[in-house]
Amino acid sequence: MDGGGLRLNMNGLDYLILALYFVTVLGVGFAARRAIRTSVDFFLSGRSLPAWVTGLAFVSANLGALEIIGMAANGAQYGVMTVHYYWIGAVPAMVFLGIVMMPFYYGSKVRSVPEYLRLRFNRPTHLLNALSFAVAQVLIAGVNLYALALVMQALLGWPLWTAIGVGAAIVLAYITIGGLSGAIYNEVLQFFVILAGLIPVTVIGLVKVGGVSGLMDAVRDSKLGEAGLHAWQDTGSTANPLGAQWIGIVFGLGFVLSFGYWTTNFAEVQRALSAKNMSAARRTPIIAAYPKLFIPLVTVIPGLVALVTVKGLGAESGDLQYNNAIPLLMRDLLPNGVLGVAVTGLLASFMAGMAANVSGFNTVFTYDIWQAYLRPGRSDDYYLRIGRWATVAAVVIGIGTAFIAAGFSNIMNYIQALFSLFNAPLFATFIIGMFWKRMSALAGFWSLLLGTLASLATYLLYKGGVIDFNSDLEESFWGAGIAFVTVAIVAVILTPLTAPKRDEELRGLVYGMGGVDLKGDVLAGDAVWYRSPVLLGLVAVALAALFYIPVF
Amino acid sequence: MSNDGQPAQDPLIDETQAEQRRSAAARLFDIRRVIGELFVAYGVIVTLIGVFDSRAEIDKAQGVRINLWAGLTMLAFGLLMLLWQWLRPAEPPAPNEREPGS
Repeated sequence: MDGGGLRLNMNGLDYLILALYFVTVLGVGFAARRAIRTSVDFFLSGRSLPAWVTGLAFVSANLGALEIIGMAANGAQYGVMTVHYYWIGAVPAMVFLGIVMMPFYYGSKVRSVPEYLRLRFNRPTHLLNALSFAVAQVLIAGVNLYALALVMQALLGWPLWTAIGVGAAIVLAYITIGGLSGAIYNEVLQFFVILAGLIPVTVIGLVKVGGVSGLMDAVRDSKLGEAGLHAWQDTGSTANPLGAQWIGIVFGLGFVLSFGYWTTNFAEVQRALSAKNMSAARRTPIIAAYPKLFIPLVTVIPGLVALVTVKGLGAESGDLQYNNAIPLLMRDLLPNGVLGVAVTGLLASFMAGMAANVSGFNTVFTYDIWQAYLRPGRSDDYYLRIGRWATVAAVVIGIGTAFIAAGFSNIMNYIQALFSLFNAPLFATFIIGMFWKRMSALAGFWSLLLGTLASLATYLLYKGGVIDFNSDLEESFWGAGIAFVTVAIVAVILTPLTAPKRDEELRGLVYGMGGVDLKGDVLAGDAVWYRSPVLLGLVAVALAALFYIPVF
Repeated sequence: MSNDGQPAQDPLIDETQAEQRRSAAARLFDIRRVIGELFVAYGVIVTLIGVFDSRAEIDKAQGVRINLWAGLTMLAFGLLMLLWQWLRPAEPPAPNEREPGS
């Protein structure tokens, strides 16, 4: 170790690998340009992509570096319990999105998730959700950008502002030019590059600790102890590394939090809306569930390897924080060559995360704010132009947010936590509105507003010390649960008092109202049994359950 | 879920849908080629680095010739992507969407 902290010893060939990646990403953006003539081409890839592309983009959009670095950190801190974030906290919700909700999203031809609320409820509900989503996306894009710059500074020694500028410029270029196709194609590429970077770290890490059994022995001797190797044992109480009971894991993480994130987050759902037909749209999140099942192998295992091989990991500040688990392993184990690939993978994952935020923002801003409320009735070309300018605006605001984050990094953590509060009430409003046709437009608005306020109030009271929870995680489970119940109660009280929507307005939007055609646009080959969304989804959920057996 | 009839109509969505007749999405290239070519390039570079790796580099990687193995794996993966595209090219776009000169 050269005493330069996290600084990696990159040579010219490593930089060549990184430069090749940047050139390819920009090339994909330019090459996608010729496929854009209408606004749907720009915002939804002309609804033309095959399921494997949208599926890998779906998982990649979530594989931001905050996710990879964060989950490796959780692996080092909480041990095997981190798999809950994948197997119960993601896969069931992704399958549910594909099987149950996608027919309404894709079948109604809505161009965004907020737009569904406009058709199902009314314009105030729509505006509330469109604005909160748009603000959240640009702020989180800034957080992603800042995180990217921090890693480039620590690993490569680039000045913070150079790193922010380079990262922002590349994402700006390929989305402004190539639209969603540019973003999605690059996400598919990023998916493979991220894996190519993480697999060598995992393999050499395992060799170093003497394989899986060596790792298990070493974890038993670490500060996590035997508890670090079990996902469900000791969840009858909170005496486990995660500090969570099974009921909180199943209902809080597995139901309210994960369904809220995966099924209503437009930055994710947008990938499925760009699929070429109903079958491909439904398979998008389900195809994404399969890589998601295996990603803990390249995040949790490196986290555990770092725990047992890096002396002093887990410091409050400095180079030995849990968040540096993967960068530390890269520094200690990777020779030049694979090192360049791993750095490229890490940067790719930051760009994937930011690009998802930016492409979600430009669509919602253009269709749901500009077209719906500010400048309706213009030509399609006009909205295409607005979309390009919205992309520029999103990246510029993101750079501004990154500057703020550099000054107040704690405030940024709170901002991100605050926006996660919006997911649970949004999911509750969606799911009730999708299955209860009587739920009125006014009930939709007040449910969403009061549910969000309930979740916000719980968070603020906890932060202010008025009410007490064991951990931040427990607060988020309870906050989400309270929001869900609030939405349901408000809907049940207000609906009988207000006018229902007419049946024909609900066609294709609500269960049991007809207007959903699962087979009409089916292509030759999509009817084969192994492309059935229901079968693929059930197998994914069964695998998630099976994977728990060796780490029970 | 029944499939009688069409979903509810909305003027904003209908306008955008009508414009989709001019869509150029059929001109989108195939991403498998880009993935294949990038990984072939990475495979060749990293394999060559692996062939000339010094003792120190192999020791750093716990005695594993990781550059060689990772390079060959990436090369194989890249070639498989290109082979997949070659064996199963993307379905040609519907005639009314085809562009002159594309």
